[in-house]
Amino acid sequence: MACNSATCNSSGCYKEYAEEQRQPTTRNNGSAAAQKNLCVKCKSNEPVCCGIAGDDARFCKDCFKTNLYGKFKQAVSYNALITPSDKVLVAFSGGPSSRVGLQFVHEMQCRAQNNYDASKDKSLPVFGVGVAFIDESSVHSFTSIEIEKAIEDIRSIVSNLSPPEKELYVVPSENIFSSDSIEGKEKLKKLVDGVSDVTGKEDLLVHLRMLALQKVASENGYTRVVLGTCTSRIACHVISATVKGQGYSLSADIQYVDSRWEIPVVLPLRDCPAQELNTLCSLDGLEIVELINGPCSSINGLVSSFVKVLQEENPSRECTIVRTAGKLTPFHFNRIPDIHDSNIPSATRKRLKRQSLNPNGSISSESFCPICNSPLNKSNFSSSLSNLESDQISTNFAAACCSSCQFQILPKDPSLMEQFVSLLPQPLIARAKRGDQGDFRLLREQIQDFLLSDGCMARHSQGDKLFLAIAMNPDQWLVPASVPCH
Amino acid sequence: MEAGTKPKISGARLCCCCNQRRAALKRPKTLEQICRECFYEVFEEEIHQVIVENQLFKPGERIAIGASGGKDSTVLAYVLSELNRRHNYGLDLFLLSVDEGITGYRDDSLETVKRNELQYGLPLKIVSYKDLYGWTMDEIVKMIGLKNNCTFCGVFRRQALDRGAALLKVDKVATGHNADDIAETVLLNILRDWVDALQLLLVKMDLFLDANLLSIYSPNAYRGFAREFIKDLERLRPRAILDIIKSGENFRISASTKMPEQGTCERCGYISSQKWCKACVLLEGLNRGLPKLGIGRSRGLNSDVKKDVKQDSGTKSIESKQCGSLDF
Repeated sequence: MACNSATCNSSGCYKEYAEEQRQPTTRNNGSAAAQKNLCVKCKSNEPVCCGIAGDDARFCKDCFKTNLYGKFKQAVSYNALITPSDKVLVAFSGGPSSRVGLQFVHEMQCRAQNNYDASKDKSLPVFGVGVAFIDESSVHSFTSIEIEKAIEDIRSIVSNLSPPEKELYVVPSENIFSSDSIEGKEKLKKLVDGVSDVTGKEDLLVHLRMLALQKVASENGYTRVVLGTCTSRIACHVISATVKGQGYSLSADIQYVDSRWEIPVVLPLRDCPAQELNTLCSLDGLEIVELINGPCSSINGLVSSFVKVLQEENPSRECTIVRTAGKLTPFHFNRIPDIHDSNIPSATRKRLKRQSLNPNGSISSESFCPICNSPLNKSNFSSSLSNLESDQISTNFAAACCSSCQFQILPKDPSLMEQFVSLLPQPLIARAKRGDQGDFRLLREQIQDFLLSDGCMARHSQGDKLFLAIAMNPDQWLVPASVPCH
Repeated sequence: MEAGTKPKISGARLCCCCNQRRAALKRPKTLEQICRECFYEVFEEEIHQVIVENQLFKPGERIAIGASGGKDSTVLAYVLSELNRRHNYGLDLFLLSVDEGITGYRDDSLETVKRNELQYGLPLKIVSYKDLYGWTMDEIVKMIGLKNNCTFCGVFRRQALDRGAALLKVDKVATGHNADDIAETVLLNILRDWVDALQLLLVKMDLFLDANLLSIYSPNAYRGFAREFIKDLERLRPRAILDIIKSGENFRISASTKMPEQGTCERCGYISSQKWCKACVLLEGLNRGLPKLGIGRSRGLNSDVKKDVKQDSGTKSIESKQCGSLDF
């Protein structure tokens, strides 16, 4: 898999680079000196700086932009991230990645609109676009002037992007509570302050932000949520998830599609490094709204500075990290659910169908951590089994969480824990309850090998698993003669 | 496992195990304040449990302890000889060292190993690159320069340890890899796009034999970054190291990732996934004056040695990968 990046050119993907290098030099041997300062693609314009070292300037402005938009477009069309009948909600933070994401979605919509206007039968509708900004001022220490200025800027950015008209939703993050805003604000503050670990606090905020986005999207009838997550962010997530012990669920978070949520979340900028996005913003004069947060001492901060150092040493390191993680098996929910839309090109539909037939996509885990929504590993599950007898809500809730959330988010003290659970927004509690049912399905699956179906005996190898199964319900299980009985 | 434990001055706090003596250190693994005596006890007991649970040894087996003279392998030698005595494993223990022939690096640490030999009463066997391959590491470096020499060192060391084990007629080799090493390897494999290696690592933890960390011939940048990163992580959250290992074990690696088949080298009879084992390919290159032979990741290098010589110029672009061309 080539990483197809303008800035990616050293040992991480040395094979592609070596080929790329050899070709131009052999072809242009004679006029190499004359062509040295021209764009490698169109060979007519001056290259511009791509953001790293001076000698990395290989594309001219137009080719650079086309290349980047091409990556976005390819991700969208290959995975059917946005189809004509969709209504997409772009999550806009004001930063460069989501700014480029918004710009590209807008450009795509403009093209679709032009095609629509030009076509006679008006068969392909134009997808709708909305923009959401989650205002987290209740948990961060921004002054009210700063936040008002930021919202004002965002309004002007979005209004400058029409036609077609885009609706902007400025949503305070306490919106996730059903209560009124002042009460919600206090609840949110209390909830976040209840987390002692710095990293845990940051991660909880990320989960709550997603909750807020989902709420806006579902209340206003959107069918996709577009995030501006870029390659660099994914690379950081790969390392930090590994460090937090979330190796199992890691592959769920880094795919183009994540339909764990009510409204599927898509990452069309997955193949674009942050550096290129920054460059595009400065080249095209895309306005950015930055709300500066203080220096963070969390694991996430440490990881991103580590990745930054590596990236400086080797400009393709981020691509390499994402490629490594891309080899991990995705989950069954990492694709767009039920594609029956006749508007999707048939080639894409066929490809997606093939993907869904892959054994990779088999449903292997049905229960999710109520806080971070990550799929739970089976070994995780069996450790929580012992806690199931307790009838306290908070203990049950804690037992349903993944070990990483248990460590970094949940309070250790039982009374604090009770308070924490009482403050959690309704969707998380509901997820925990659903998770309980999931546990049973998982248990069934785990002991499925020992079930007798259609008169034929299932084979198995692990005697102790069988033992568990017998203990659960002796009537349903039979012990084949070959099994050593303890 | 707890080699990274640092003693900390902790006021007048008492050990949380015995509640009598003053706590001497805080275990990163459990964050317990613990005194020196209890630490020894807990630490040795944990290793004993690992050995028993995983049935690492059987009575009457001959075990070689890979001894570099560093703190990990010294601890290993001590703990194994102590546990063997205390719990009657019935093992015959040996110390096995590899002398790469790096002046000023290995000769010092070999002194430590010789001291361990006397201290714990374990017979010591030293195998040297010079005896096995006819080349010392110093000579190899003189021949090929400072780049890529870690490939030679790593491949040769792995095989030297096995050959030493064969000379001693031992059943198993124990190495002193600790949690930090394995965590670092998991991270490095992510950074280098080696999912296959990651999988192999999980299957054969003991295979990854990489003492290049301290070698004077190993100026590798990002390995240093990774080491530092892990140290910083440990400061922020001590359990992160064990979490990395857990992540590594739980990665959803698809079953279709191909595993090499185990065969034997046609030249020396050592286990190999190819026609010739890696050490023989490298050695052939050295002896024929083509030291670049076998370095890099080109496939089919065994099937056609001649072709590889021609491709030699093609390996230039990967010369920046100094360390870690260690192929499995």
